[in-house]
Amino acid sequence: MPMPDRDAPVLLEMRDITKTFPGVKALADVNLVVNEGEIHAICGENGAGKSTLMKVLSGVYPYGDYSGEIRYRGVEARFADIRASENAGIVIIHQELALIPGMSITENIFLGNEPRTGLAIDWKTAQRRALELMKLVGLKEDPDTLIKDIGVGKQQLIEIAKAFAKDVKLLILDEPTAALNESDSRQLLDLLRDFRTQGITSIIISHKLNEIEAVADQITILRDGKTIETLDVLADGVNEDRIVRGMVGRDMSSRFPDYTPNIGEVFFEVRDWTVRHPITDRLVTKHANFSVRRGEVVGFAGLMGAGRTELAMSLFGRSYGTWLGGQVFKDGREIRLRTVSEAIEHGLAYVSEDRKAIGLNLLDDIKTSIVAAKPAKVAHHGVIDEVAEHQAAESYRQELRIKTPSVDEGVSKLSGGNQQKVVLAKWMFSDPDLLILDEPTRGIDVGAKFEIYGIIHKLAEEGKGVVVISSELPELIGLCDRIYTVFEGTITGEVVRAEADPERLMKQMTTTKKTA
Amino acid sequence: MSGLQDLKKNLFGGTTTVGRQFGMIFTLVAIVLLFEVLTDGLTLTSGNLIAVVSQYSYILILAIGMLMVIVAGHIDLSVGSVAAFVGIVVAKSIAHFGIPWPLGIVLGLVVGALIGAWQGFWVAYVGVPAFIVTLAGMLLFRGGNQFIGNADTVPVPEGFRTIGAGYLPEVGPATGYNNLTLLLGLIGCLAVAWREWQSRKTRQEMGAAPAPLWISGLRLAVMVGVIVFATLRFAGGRVGTSLPVSGIILIGLVLIYSFYTRNTVSGRRIYAVGGNARAAELSGVKLQRVNFFVMCNMGILAALAGMIFVARSAASGPQDGLSWELDAIAAVFIGGAAVSGGLGTVSGSIVGGLVMALLNNGLQLMGVGVDLVQMIKGLVLLLAVAIDVYNKSQGRFSIIDSLTRPFRRAEVPAAVPAADAPRQNDKTPAAS
Repeated sequence: MPMPDRDAPVLLEMRDITKTFPGVKALADVNLVVNEGEIHAICGENGAGKSTLMKVLSGVYPYGDYSGEIRYRGVEARFADIRASENAGIVIIHQELALIPGMSITENIFLGNEPRTGLAIDWKTAQRRALELMKLVGLKEDPDTLIKDIGVGKQQLIEIAKAFAKDVKLLILDEPTAALNESDSRQLLDLLRDFRTQGITSIIISHKLNEIEAVADQITILRDGKTIETLDVLADGVNEDRIVRGMVGRDMSSRFPDYTPNIGEVFFEVRDWTVRHPITDRLVTKHANFSVRRGEVVGFAGLMGAGRTELAMSLFGRSYGTWLGGQVFKDGREIRLRTVSEAIEHGLAYVSEDRKAIGLNLLDDIKTSIVAAKPAKVAHHGVIDEVAEHQAAESYRQELRIKTPSVDEGVSKLSGGNQQKVVLAKWMFSDPDLLILDEPTRGIDVGAKFEIYGIIHKLAEEGKGVVVISSELPELIGLCDRIYTVFEGTITGEVVRAEADPERLMKQMTTTKKTA
Repeated sequence: MSGLQDLKKNLFGGTTTVGRQFGMIFTLVAIVLLFEVLTDGLTLTSGNLIAVVSQYSYILILAIGMLMVIVAGHIDLSVGSVAAFVGIVVAKSIAHFGIPWPLGIVLGLVVGALIGAWQGFWVAYVGVPAFIVTLAGMLLFRGGNQFIGNADTVPVPEGFRTIGAGYLPEVGPATGYNNLTLLLGLIGCLAVAWREWQSRKTRQEMGAAPAPLWISGLRLAVMVGVIVFATLRFAGGRVGTSLPVSGIILIGLVLIYSFYTRNTVSGRRIYAVGGNARAAELSGVKLQRVNFFVMCNMGILAALAGMIFVARSAASGPQDGLSWELDAIAAVFIGGAAVSGGLGTVSGSIVGGLVMALLNNGLQLMGVGVDLVQMIKGLVLLLAVAIDVYNKSQGRFSIIDSLTRPFRRAEVPAAVPAADAPRQNDKTPAAS
């Protein structure tokens, strides 16, 4: 393996980058130095600021939208938009591929960048160059093949070829292997090493620490929008544990309400649950087994794309993917959850991670939203009793302290935290025995988080089982009595509260190896 | 809280679409008054009002069904053709097979339901966009009409004509008015008063302050006034005329469907599906059932509209129902429904339909040609939806707000925080 040049000149320096959104400081004085011809990894938990930093770099947030300085190839860069950064040779490849499925490989590679003769597109040149570029990324396909007809791994390579069509100097890959299988991932990482020998610099953002350890020269760790450290892989003897420590090491006291759990017997059990992705033949949940006790808060830890949401939604009335097998038992009896209404009848509730897209009808008012999962409770013979509806909504407004002048207001007017409370109220109203809360505190402020933790504890006190899916490890450790870890669709471990520490969890979340 | 704000908030109930409906009623009144002046008082004569109702009731019936289709996030382009198809089937059945006309009406409704089920099947269970399914239906049933009727007209018997051209009979003492229409008017007034009382009671039970008494009184007075005026006009026409039977059918349907869409669990599901289909699904709503139902229901209402039209024109013909779908869709959008679904009310669509009807009627009375009438109607539709789109981008709608905005802007920073507002409300005296 050729060694990167230690004395290589600095290609990129981001100095004291600060970026704020209304009410949130996403980046605070972040520093990043990338040398020419190296592979630089950026690590951090979800929400640590990695993507925001890359958006600042690529001009998505234009100059003036952030404070601090970007020096690129020795001069200060002030990118006004993505096009400006691309012209300077910085190309970012996002996790969600920006390819058009119905167009051919050639058309996609040169989309917006078509070689022309006069006004007409010069397809002959395009074809020839497409073949050259594909060779560069090690892809053998007919350039007329439609994107939708090739696999995700090859699509990723097309994205990279597209970047090379733009004369790339600095290639940024955001979670490039998240959707790839192992051999595709390996091929991609090999390709990055090839690029390094050709003097192309890459920045890679990844949750897969084993890959980072294998491929990166330098690792910058972000946490809570701050630069924690930059590790030199060779010099510092970095291993996965070392990276994990940097990612999670933080104080976790007093962010959670005091609470003594009162846990009963197992009442909900899932056995051998297997689900396939709705379109591809990838398994998103592989033979999952888990159980929940009465009064217990059970966490599901895993990185983005690990398959936690898919597992939860497939349980909730087969709302995701294709069910391939597995059973669900409640109070010792097998139950069938083929539709959402069956799931609701059996006392399941699912609070989705994306409340705006799939959790709420934003056109509705608060009271209608709260009764939406079980309107029959406030209706006689199918006719809504407006008084009962109003009273039910009003009692939740007071109990959960939803800040609104009246339950007649539209939910779209509420803040994120209050919208989340409305969604919680909606599912509490459905009289569930088991609540599955998917990222219940995403995008809401600290105060509201604390309140929602309190609600979760109260639900457990009432003897309900609560499943919490969260990408924030400290949240899971502070909240849960027991935590399952999930990696690539497989439940890789189970940790009780007393033994839960972030490093152990992070390790189980990033490896397929089952640990006791 | 100022009297003006009280008035605006409470005059037409307390929902989020209040402002828009207020705007529509405002527009309707303005159009009526404008044409009343332009036509030297012809618009509000008994004869003209009766003609308007009998001429547009079937469009308004279509608008009810169309509203539900649009709220669910679909569209139905086939209603005119379906109406024509049902019309010819019913007319032929009566004329050639001699089935009694009441049975003919039942047959028509069944055929409408079957057609609706056919289209609902493709939309809900196969997933073909309603635009395509009903575009196909438009061709299919237009052709079907001409196939069955040999592109000829088929007359219908006297009894059948009642539903389209009939009036209430003259009964009781000679008052100079149609007595049954007067009775209907009286029932209407009592119903309005009862409803106002009920809604005050409901708000009290909810623990919310009811609207100030003077608002209730004013609202009641306005509505009773409108009903009394309309009753006298409809009852006071040429002897033998009254509120048309088709108008009574329409009023019945409006009441039933308003109640259904507003107050029932299944009616609300339509809004849930149109507002956010995925969220509705994850709340246990069966999308396919809802979509099937709205399409099927539209078929039944289109059948009814078709039969009323055939009854009115005494015969079914190959050109029946041409471009009705566009009138019905226009009515719904003018009435404030959102193009993307999830928003809209039956009453709003009726008001929207009336705006179109009175515009049409007024221009005709003034002797404006069909060419110009069409152009004006097109512009009105465009303008109404443009206002809607603009207001959505501004996040609100209210004619009064837009009129007074420059004066109220200074108050905004001083506005009370949202959480304190209920206390403000409580302080409003119940009677003042």
